[in-house]
Amino acid sequence: MSSAVLITIISLSLLGITAALILYFVAQKFKVYEDPRIDEVEAVLPGANCGGCGFAGCRNFAEALVKSETFEGLNCPVGGSETMEKVAKILDREAPEVEPRVAVVRCNGTHDSRKKTSYYDGAMNCTIAHNLYGGDNDCPYGCLGLGECVDACDFGAMYMDSETGLPVVIDDKCVACGACVKACPRDIIELRKKARKDRKIYVSCVNKDKGGPARKACSVACIGCGKCEKVCNFDAITIENNLAFIDSDKCKLCRKCEPECPTGAILEINFPPRKTEQKKEPEKAEA
Amino acid sequence: MLKTFPKGGVHPPENKISAGIPIEILPLPGQVIIPVCQHLGAPAEPVVDKGDEVKAGQVIAHSKGFVSANIHSSVSGKVLKIDKMLDASGYKQTSIVINVEGDEWLDSVDRSNKLIKDVSLTGEEIIKKCAENGIVGMGGATFPSHVKLSIPPGKKCDVLIINGVECEPYLTSDHRLMLEKTEELLTGTTLLMKALGVSRALIGIENNKKDAIKKLESLAREYEGISIHPLKVKYPQGAEKQLIKALINREVPSGGLPVDVGTVVHNVGTAYAVYEAIQKNKPLVERVVTISGKDMDKPLNLLTRIGTPLSKLIEHAGGLPDNTAKVVNGGPMMGKALGSLEIPVTKGTSGIIIFSEEESRRKETGPCIRCTKCISICPMGLEPYLLMTLTEKELYDRSEKERIMDCMECGSCSFTCPANRPLLDYIRLGKANVGRIIRERKQ
Repeated sequence: MSSAVLITIISLSLLGITAALILYFVAQKFKVYEDPRIDEVEAVLPGANCGGCGFAGCRNFAEALVKSETFEGLNCPVGGSETMEKVAKILDREAPEVEPRVAVVRCNGTHDSRKKTSYYDGAMNCTIAHNLYGGDNDCPYGCLGLGECVDACDFGAMYMDSETGLPVVIDDKCVACGACVKACPRDIIELRKKARKDRKIYVSCVNKDKGGPARKACSVACIGCGKCEKVCNFDAITIENNLAFIDSDKCKLCRKCEPECPTGAILEINFPPRKTEQKKEPEKAEA
Repeated sequence: MLKTFPKGGVHPPENKISAGIPIEILPLPGQVIIPVCQHLGAPAEPVVDKGDEVKAGQVIAHSKGFVSANIHSSVSGKVLKIDKMLDASGYKQTSIVINVEGDEWLDSVDRSNKLIKDVSLTGEEIIKKCAENGIVGMGGATFPSHVKLSIPPGKKCDVLIINGVECEPYLTSDHRLMLEKTEELLTGTTLLMKALGVSRALIGIENNKKDAIKKLESLAREYEGISIHPLKVKYPQGAEKQLIKALINREVPSGGLPVDVGTVVHNVGTAYAVYEAIQKNKPLVERVVTISGKDMDKPLNLLTRIGTPLSKLIEHAGGLPDNTAKVVNGGPMMGKALGSLEIPVTKGTSGIIIFSEEESRRKETGPCIRCTKCISICPMGLEPYLLMTLTEKELYDRSEKERIMDCMECGSCSFTCPANRPLLDYIRLGKANVGRIIRERKQ
């Protein structure tokens, strides 16, 4: 071997060793301790980075989980109690009971129930339209139908129904991350408690006008008459600003309020047909 | 070489169809809808009740706070209701609905046409009277005039600018006012000068209104300190900052007001309203509204009582043509399409423009090709394409740094974009969000 090769090998090795030594000491000096549990927790989180927990991403949420003493106010809506149990196991804590939730669109103003009074041809974005005017019909509270909530959904759990012009939530896919709630400029979408068999009873209207104008604008509007409030035995229904609201945490799904509503603003979904209507088929007809 | 502002600007087709048509008085409607918020600032508070008899010129809603304005009844009659009614914002606002009965005015109002040139009041009294009579900027922004006239302590104002530019296509209400109420307008200017304590007033008019320039020039000689300045035709010269730059070559700092550079700008309509308020004791209850459109039977300039539903104006002008697709409140560049014709005329309604299907259709939007046309025409020196993208991506910190709040929404960028991108729509959205963020930070 020529001396040139030897010198090269030796000098490069020396250089490498020196660099490695420097790097080793620097790494020791500036070492940042990171709780190894953060990585473990992050691994069991869904990794969707949807922001449903209120943090920027799953990593930030994992850090917060490890740091906090209890799980108070911390919940991953996507993973639900299953994920939270896994996290609790890693951190050796008690997992809190989390009630799964689901997004509900509180507007039933289909093309048939709301008469169109004008046409919108601006930028197809709900917030822009909302800042501009009350909407292409007389209801200034209802869905604008431009689908910003659908665009906001990262889980493919929403689509626009072209027949009604309203967004639809697919219950099985919805993880209640709340992205659509934030996207809607009119606060129409609400996260409600998920009940057995995806049953729900809710007031499908957010119109705060008095009865007359509300009814004129939309045939299925809530007119704030208060009939539902009176029949409710669980104080779940409140009326504020001419609008009824059913609190899903208090509602026992007794179905008393629905037949009382004179405009049909209260919807009940995924329930078996009522006994009085079809006496021949008792409750086993459940879907 | 005529003066103009140096940066950006466009020249849309002028279409001043109604320029040669004298102001006509619109017959009284059967009912008026008077919103309690026709100005920038706090809404006024109603001081009448359902069933009350009111006379024209009577205060029906009292201003609430300094930045607010009184609202007067424009007709005599009975208050039918105080309710939420649709207005030009597209939403329902508290309004006072009055059924018209006869035409009785308050005794203090002088309704004769006699010209009163002598000014007897002091500056402070003039400002006070402006506030009492509910005078707001008539150019469209409807900023309460008494606020503008009260120079904040520590600031100085040495020149008054009167805005007779009317750079929006179609609109001719200011043009007709300058031609028909020239002396009143000049007296109004003198009053404004006195209120501000300045000795110099410049009236800026675009050169497409030669008759008005000629008439004003011949009459202005009798008024001390007032000079007339023809300007090159360029949109948006009627914007405050652009007009100041064009006339006295001063630049209003970003986020600042004209008073920061020693000037105050008032519209010709405001000057006329000030004349009526001070010399005739007449509150702001009527204004000139242009009704125009290429297919209209008879485009008009109508002297209209505040609160008249737009349908009455359109009816008077021969009704809507069959091919109507869009009715715009204000000029075609900055105006807003309306969803209903039962919306009332307010203090800021300068015109109603009716567009056919062909004119109003939005063309298909394409991708941005980075041609930079929007940058070269932006009179504020902004980058509209960037502001739109930033808004789409919700990067509001960056848009604030890119001075999105300086945008005055003139619409030149959307007008000039070869890809028909809805630049202004998104910039407005960005402004709303950035404005909210700034307000939250201040709290």
